[in-house]
Amino acid sequence: MSRLEIKKTYKIYIGGKFPRTESGRFYNPKGVDVNVCLSSRKDFRNAVVAARSAQSEWAGRSAYNRSQILYRIAEIMEGRRAQFISELELQGLTKKQAEEEINATIDRWVYYAGWCDKYQQIFSSVNPVASNHFNFSILEPMGVVASTAPEESSLLGISTIIATAIAGGNSVITIASESLPLCSVTLAEVLNDSDVPGGVVNILTGSKDELLPHIVQHMDVNALVYCGSDKKVINELKEKSAENLKRILHYTSGKILSEDGESPYYLKSLNEVKTTWHPIEKVGAAGSSY
Amino acid sequence: MTAKNKSLFEFSPAPESTGHIQLKKQYDLFINGKWTKPKSGKYFKTINPANEKLIAEVAEAGEADVNMAVSAAEKAFKGWSSLSGKERGKYLFRLARLIQEKARELAVIETLDGGKPIRESRDIDIPLAAAHFFYHAGWADKLEYAFPNRKTEPLGVAGQIIPWNFPLLMAAWKLAPALACGNTVVLKPAETTPLTALKLAEIIEEAEFPPGVVNIVTGAGATGAAIVNHHKVNKIAFTGSTEVGKIIQRATANTDKKLTLELGGKAANIIFEDAAINQAVEGIINGIYFNQGHVCCAGSRLFVQESVHDEVIQKLKARIENLMVGDPMDKNTDIGAINSKSQLETINKYLKIGKDEGLELFQSSCSVPKKGFWCKPTIFTGAAQSNRIVQEEIFGPVLAVQTFRTISEVVQKANNTPYGLSAGVWTDKGSKIFNLTQQLRAGVIWANTFNKFDPTSPFGGYKESGFGREGGVHGLESYLKLND
Amino acid sequence: MNLVNRKSPSVDQVGIEDRIARITARSIKSEMKVEGLKMALSMIDLTTLEGADTIGKVTQLCTKAQHLCDQYPELPNVAAICVYPSMVGFAKKALGKSNINVASVATAFPSGQSSLEVKLLDTKLALDNGADEIDMVISRGKFLEGDYSFVADEISAIKEACGKARLKVIIETGELGSLDQVRKASDIAIYSGADFIKTSTGKIPKAATLPVTCVMLEAIRDYYFESGKMIAMKPAGGISKSKLALHYLMLVKEVLGDKWLNNEWFRFGASSLANDVLMQYAKTKTGAYQSPEYFSKD
Repeated sequence: MSRLEIKKTYKIYIGGKFPRTESGRFYNPKGVDVNVCLSSRKDFRNAVVAARSAQSEWAGRSAYNRSQILYRIAEIMEGRRAQFISELELQGLTKKQAEEEINATIDRWVYYAGWCDKYQQIFSSVNPVASNHFNFSILEPMGVVASTAPEESSLLGISTIIATAIAGGNSVITIASESLPLCSVTLAEVLNDSDVPGGVVNILTGSKDELLPHIVQHMDVNALVYCGSDKKVINELKEKSAENLKRILHYTSGKILSEDGESPYYLKSLNEVKTTWHPIEKVGAAGSSY
Repeated sequence: MTAKNKSLFEFSPAPESTGHIQLKKQYDLFINGKWTKPKSGKYFKTINPANEKLIAEVAEAGEADVNMAVSAAEKAFKGWSSLSGKERGKYLFRLARLIQEKARELAVIETLDGGKPIRESRDIDIPLAAAHFFYHAGWADKLEYAFPNRKTEPLGVAGQIIPWNFPLLMAAWKLAPALACGNTVVLKPAETTPLTALKLAEIIEEAEFPPGVVNIVTGAGATGAAIVNHHKVNKIAFTGSTEVGKIIQRATANTDKKLTLELGGKAANIIFEDAAINQAVEGIINGIYFNQGHVCCAGSRLFVQESVHDEVIQKLKARIENLMVGDPMDKNTDIGAINSKSQLETINKYLKIGKDEGLELFQSSCSVPKKGFWCKPTIFTGAAQSNRIVQEEIFGPVLAVQTFRTISEVVQKANNTPYGLSAGVWTDKGSKIFNLTQQLRAGVIWANTFNKFDPTSPFGGYKESGFGREGGVHGLESYLKLND
Repeated sequence: MNLVNRKSPSVDQVGIEDRIARITARSIKSEMKVEGLKMALSMIDLTTLEGADTIGKVTQLCTKAQHLCDQYPELPNVAAICVYPSMVGFAKKALGKSNINVASVATAFPSGQSSLEVKLLDTKLALDNGADEIDMVISRGKFLEGDYSFVADEISAIKEACGKARLKVIIETGELGSLDQVRKASDIAIYSGADFIKTSTGKIPKAATLPVTCVMLEAIRDYYFESGKMIAMKPAGGISKSKLALHYLMLVKEVLGDKWLNNEWFRFGASSLANDVLMQYAKTKTGAYQSPEYFSKD
């Protein structure tokens, strides 16, 4: 007798837990015989609360710690190669394409792991102001970032979007690719296994079109990263985000999915610049008046 | 035991077990990915300075062995430097992780071989070594961002000579940036502390590094000289005494070899009256007594603002009485064994000089074990710039105390030395901190803290404390050609 | 008092945390551990301060105090029972001829938001009923307003009312905001006549920690260097594990020395600590890890 397989339930990932969508709705991605959560605006709302509550502790960790956690994500993913490859194949990739994608994804996590403790050195500065002040500019994470993953990829795209947000100390809510959602849920499992604190990453599956209007208006989201080329959508996002001046960033999927998807500038663009002044008293120095 | 009454809540021995470590009786040279016997057949002993017992015999690399090692490094360079940075980085990430996995074994061996307390090896040396590899691993594929408008290229074969005060950590400081930048290496650990470098060689094997990328040759001065003088070595990195640093600089003068030196120091640790005094006292202790004062950047010259001198000295003396000197394998030991007989002789020589110079000596009343090499934490008060114990590096747990009245006076005295490695400033006033950091001529300045190290933070000296930086973006430069 | 307005030294928080990290890396084993456990036990002020306290609850606690663990008769008694003023009489009766003190909180504990009149009366009630020690609270509001003289005068007044009873002054470190403030409040309390300085009421989430205790011990040590006079110290709240208690003892030994290592000069404000100490003690005797159900819970 052949053995009956236990089928996987695909849930969403909020606050370090795997709930079903509070709406109870599901959809089937084209060509795949799997029920995936159709997330609601309320799921998004809950995810923002979780992301906000987790963000300052995450930003307060040492860069070294964040770096090690991202590397651990790569370690865990490497261990789950087979699972990811089969999920990618299920969603229509050839075995070769699937292997390329998992390799590229793992290497990308390692790439961003290596930036956590370095981007500050590249983008910060000590500024030689004309007055007797010690003046320095550093980067600080924006806070809660909402993002949409590239539609064309199940794994590499969403990994890039998440890595670039959290490496810089932000927390993130990401809407997975609508047509290729499966790996995003398995990715959530990997993140959960990798010492990423609950709430730092939140992953929702469902319809971008349905969710974006609620995302862009949310007053407690600091930045929105949109992956896609639809000019109409992008313009609307820029307009609607004005309510709380959330920063809008948009990238084409092509860019994210290529080698260009590896750059510290993605981190920088999700950070604010903070400049501090402090007097330098001139005592005992050549030419000082005392 | 001492003559005082039995004190309360006295430490019971809390020894870390030496079980579950793997130490061979004899170690060969690690050349081209293989353990190779020294051509001369000579081995030297490495002992435990806490009890003078033999731990292992270690190969002595002669000129022929060094030639072989450099040759291996040269051959391995082409493959290693043409690996993508991504792949090169992965090897270093592996190293970091393996060090973390084997942390306890490495810490125990570090303590047995060198005499530093197990708590220091366990909590500081080994974790920082892993962190250095982890940080630099991430640079391997990101060098294009480190130097604006410059294309980077590795130098070739790096010859690296490291000291005995932080054996594994110094190996990490040297290997990590060199390898990340695409160089191959011939490394010589100090002759009194070769073991953790040899364990690192085993870990390098386990991490499946291509053969010849890292070569470890053990030996003493002659081995080091063979490395320095080898014409196929493109870069020399040396950490050790200023005296030897000068010898190396002369030896490489007529060559194209790039050179970085990290040498001695006689750091000024300055306490102002508006410092958080209690934490400053702790900082002084941290600056000169931990690691037995075997620290190039040790805060060995204490400058106390005269108005708070008596308070600081009273608290210092009380605090010293709490420091435990003894078996480095005891988890409660603060100050372990002096690294070698000759170093202890040097320290004792300076203790005599200090006394002969008429300075007041205070030492902890703790007892020290009978066997092994020990020095109690010591303070000389009433010192002045003209005293030899203020001018010369002692490299032991000996603090010289001077007073000062004003900022300009202390800056002048702090800078009045051929050294310039580090300095400490203790004050609650921010603008004063920045004033001092601007005026002190030292490569590392600690404000309201001391002896803090991080792989992201560049370390190195001014003047006769050497040149070049290790760690951070600035530290990468030593291992690269920067081309237009 | 002029001393009250004297500038207290500032405290570097990172430096304190480094010091504590060294202390907690210490390894306390064998005879040292046994000695420490006994010492810790003898320093406990066994405490019940609930709105729901009854005669029954207090009486049972007093029984526990006198029969910590009859299995090990070599163990010392706790130092004191700590209760509300209304319970002092019952505690005194229940403790009978034992050498365990009765400490009473007073002065509108825990908030301290009341008039001096009320606070003095509160103290008097406790003393009339037999309290050996008074645990008062400072006016944190006044402290944060910068009215240090008010804070000092209040402490002096209560001290005077105490007569022979020893006064513990709770500075409520969790409400003060920084270690600098903790030092300042400690200095004020010491100069105003405190016999003990105490960290917390135990009624707010932030209670005793090793860093605030270190700062308070330093205040005591500096005063001792200046005046030759010893002041006692009591961390309260959040100390329920023996290992932590032993680290506190380590801190006391390093900062102050052996003279403070007894229950005249150091106390733990705790309730569940006692059973944990007993469990650890039993482990040293038997070699086995213990179960909580073998030790009475009163």
